[in-house]
Amino acid sequence: MSLPKVNAVIVGAGAGGGIVAKELAQAGLRVAVLERGGWPQYDQYNDDELHSQRTPALGNPFGPDDERHRRVVVGANGSTRIVFPSEGAYSNNAGCVGGGTASYGAMAWRFMPQDFRLRSTYGEVKDSTLADWPIAYEDLEPFYEQAEYEIGVAGDYTNNPFGGPRRKPFPMPAFPYDKQARRIAETATRMGLHPFPIPMLRNSVPYQGRPACIHMRSCVGFACPIGAKAGTQNTVLPIALATGNCQVRTGCVAAEIVVDDTGHARGVRYFDAANGACEQPADLVVVSASATETPRLLLNSKSKLFPQGAGNNHGWVGHNLQGHCYVGACGLLEEALYEEAGPGATLALCDFNHGNAGLVGGGMLANEFIPLPYLFCNQRPPGEPRWGKVHKDFQRHQYKHLVRIQGPVQEIPNFAARVSVDPVVKDAWGIPVCRLEGVRHPNDLLVGEFLSRKAESILAEMGATRTWRSVPGLGLSGGQHQAGTCRMGDDPKTSVTNRFGQVHEIDNLFVADASLHVTNGGFNPALTIMALAYWVSHHLKSGWKGSQFR
Amino acid sequence: MVRPNTEAAPPSEPGAVTRRTALKLAAVGGFGLVAGLGASAAVTQWGQSASQRYRFFSKTEADLLIAICEQIIPRDDTPGATDAGVIHYIDRQICGPLVRHQQSYRVGLEAFRKTCIALYQTPFEKLAFERQTEALRRIEAGNAPKALWGDPSPQAFFGIVLDHTRQGFYGSPRHGGNRDYVGYRIMGLAAPNFLGPDHAAMGHPAPLG
Repeated sequence: MSLPKVNAVIVGAGAGGGIVAKELAQAGLRVAVLERGGWPQYDQYNDDELHSQRTPALGNPFGPDDERHRRVVVGANGSTRIVFPSEGAYSNNAGCVGGGTASYGAMAWRFMPQDFRLRSTYGEVKDSTLADWPIAYEDLEPFYEQAEYEIGVAGDYTNNPFGGPRRKPFPMPAFPYDKQARRIAETATRMGLHPFPIPMLRNSVPYQGRPACIHMRSCVGFACPIGAKAGTQNTVLPIALATGNCQVRTGCVAAEIVVDDTGHARGVRYFDAANGACEQPADLVVVSASATETPRLLLNSKSKLFPQGAGNNHGWVGHNLQGHCYVGACGLLEEALYEEAGPGATLALCDFNHGNAGLVGGGMLANEFIPLPYLFCNQRPPGEPRWGKVHKDFQRHQYKHLVRIQGPVQEIPNFAARVSVDPVVKDAWGIPVCRLEGVRHPNDLLVGEFLSRKAESILAEMGATRTWRSVPGLGLSGGQHQAGTCRMGDDPKTSVTNRFGQVHEIDNLFVADASLHVTNGGFNPALTIMALAYWVSHHLKSGWKGSQFR
Repeated sequence: MVRPNTEAAPPSEPGAVTRRTALKLAAVGGFGLVAGLGASAAVTQWGQSASQRYRFFSKTEADLLIAICEQIIPRDDTPGATDAGVIHYIDRQICGPLVRHQQSYRVGLEAFRKTCIALYQTPFEKLAFERQTEALRRIEAGNAPKALWGDPSPQAFFGIVLDHTRQGFYGSPRHGGNRDYVGYRIMGLAAPNFLGPDHAAMGHPAPLG
């Protein structure tokens, strides 16, 4: 079924798409948003840890479902296997209105100025596609600010000497430290470090008609029952809908961007909630489907001028898949530092993001969100028995004494880590699925070793009776912080879009999600995705000439 | 104020559980620690679970699996896997979202049963607790007669049961396990969770232990 033409069709109602929808709808464009999932609801899964986005033992609470979706993962030896969305190897982010922002931990990080120019800061790195972004922190700063004010961030950088310059303070005061953070702060300050409160996309005070956080222990991995956690589903999307110019169509799965023989995007073919085949014609197509699903859609969109997929004539779509290698340390303390003040992560350090002797990059460190009981079963010193009375005693007696300090290593992009489409396996709608392959760059493990030792040194200085570190192996990256697969750049031969997210050679096709990230920062990426969505929208609006894009 | 009912309720249906069985169950200990419940309420609840039929497991399979789960999270001065109803969690979920594990249970439990007969000439659930621990360590390490195991391997089978036992003990009670939130309460967490910051004022069951 072909539908009446709209000005813009947006694929994905997550961190990126929600913002583009609001910006364009407010500017008077008629907008259709296609979202494969539904509107998230707290009541459906409440605080059920087996339906948490962190531990989806019984299925993903925020989609996608195991019945209709799958991916193929290529192992180190070249073997392939099919994986389902509730398995870790699937690299799921989410499939619902709001995307990952419906259930995230809501850390609100701006990348640092150096994060946009890693290549010029550190030089060439062997076996990597490390490059500077085509834009600088200064370009994005006003849009970070817009995200902080419109979505809502609580923070205070008074004690953070490492953040980039800001024109305005945060719109809400920072959350106070919890009990463990107070101890970490004391210790870290004594060690000459610079602890400060984590900026959060969460209301510390009532803001924009939504209440202040009530500190539930079940927060990260869950929807917020009162809407104090800010995602696009409870901020910008309601504004977009209120303009009367925007439709959010749930249960709709995009199959292909229709690109005509002149290299112009005509719209999107998709399946609606009743699995009916539809085509939505549009003046503009914006893809905000995540760093795995966005390249999949581009690669599945073959046309006369783009036989290898939209924007893929130079073969860069899907490459440079990054995520975050999470590393850190745990310590057991005599004193119970647990405080039932969810979500729990309140303190961060940016002392080790850059300037680490002999290393390329680094990462932020923070105290960890409250682990729920099932997840906590895996927080053990090396060699600890996994079951029996020892297991139970650890759960009972150490839960409130364990402190974890961890953070995301800024990964070094490599071309071999990639998303492609599988030649054989299809989803329930007959659309070829994502195929994930490659491994992290070895540099990530060097930085991981370094960063985890720093975390451990703080715990030891706090007086931990026992400490241990965790650094993952050289596996495939991606995960919830997936990024980098349609990188922006000035040279069409080594990037997929220009600096405005506009796909090279297809002037009315845009990307607005973490796929654009050239590098992914040593930080949770949500606020940067949001800032980029405002940046892309700004360009779209200024190029909009009433009925078409120039 | 509602007076707690201190009178033992009779079994609600014939064959559900005899009074003697209930008392025997009660005498095993740990029972009184299903805190927040009067003794009679607990007896009634246990009676119901004892009479419950399984969706997937035969009685023989269930008896063996219950014993394995109890090794993984044993009762001490607080409830263990049996008390928490872990068997009911697994039985329900492998007829639902965890259906892909049905075959592993069917084949793995049979291989496990035969392994114990071969090694100890006694069914696992009849072994002394310490001997059971020893047997389970062997399975965990893959140290079992090769002729008796194929797919799943002993290690893979153990891994599935370990993970599901944890889920059944610590996951939400609405899936059949974690009865009375014992998994939360042994860790000192008030449960159920509620919307608001002031737990003490809400009068929820106290943490255990």
